[in-house]
Amino acid sequence: MANQLSIVYFSWVRERIGRDQDTINCPENAETIGQLLDYLKTKDTVYQDLFADLKKLRFALDQDFVGLEAPLGSAKELAIFPPVTGG
Amino acid sequence: MISITVQHDNFDSGAEADRLSALGGGAISSFVGQVRGDGNLYALELEHYPAMTEKALRKIAMKALDQWALYGITIIHRVGRLRVGEQIVLVCTCSDHRQAAIEACSYIMDQLKTIAPFWKKEILCDGSENWVEERQSDLDAAKSWDD
Repeated sequence: MANQLSIVYFSWVRERIGRDQDTINCPENAETIGQLLDYLKTKDTVYQDLFADLKKLRFALDQDFVGLEAPLGSAKELAIFPPVTGG
Repeated sequence: MISITVQHDNFDSGAEADRLSALGGGAISSFVGQVRGDGNLYALELEHYPAMTEKALRKIAMKALDQWALYGITIIHRVGRLRVGEQIVLVCTCSDHRQAAIEACSYIMDQLKTIAPFWKKEILCDGSENWVEERQSDLDAAKSWDD
């Protein structure tokens, strides 16, 4: 069975997508975050726009920062957000 | 001892410093960040990623404990809508020696600004809104501790 993954969005990523969370079934051929983003782009034009400039985005897998090449493995939650601006 | 809190409510930095100094040592350093009244800023709206925030802040605090001899670290970060002049963040460290306390406090703030999952939105006096962008100077400051 395909791995279920929650995708959570923050800041202007959340506003642009219009919701704060999605749950998807990861396709078998999406082994890394980059590959998953490519898959999502085929599903919805909002993702095409959002992922057009990946330099503006950061990713966390199960609450740890990761790069696009990171394997999804059996992770439960992917977060997509802009660079942080706290403090 | 590490104490990490994310809250809507304000905090009392003096009381927090007193609490920390009770752990021992004689050198307390604290930093308080406030909402800066730039131009026509009315307020900031602070958002965070609750499941990740404490994990990220604890990781920063643990690294500080590895590098400096500290009795304790307190980090408080507020979220929600904060008006100009209100307090946003407190970092307080406690050590036997001034240099360790000050350096650790500075290190924690520099790291917090680049890896703790908070985002600020500016609410301007005319009602317009604008997400704050990351600053290269913050990235440089965080990286300078690697050297």
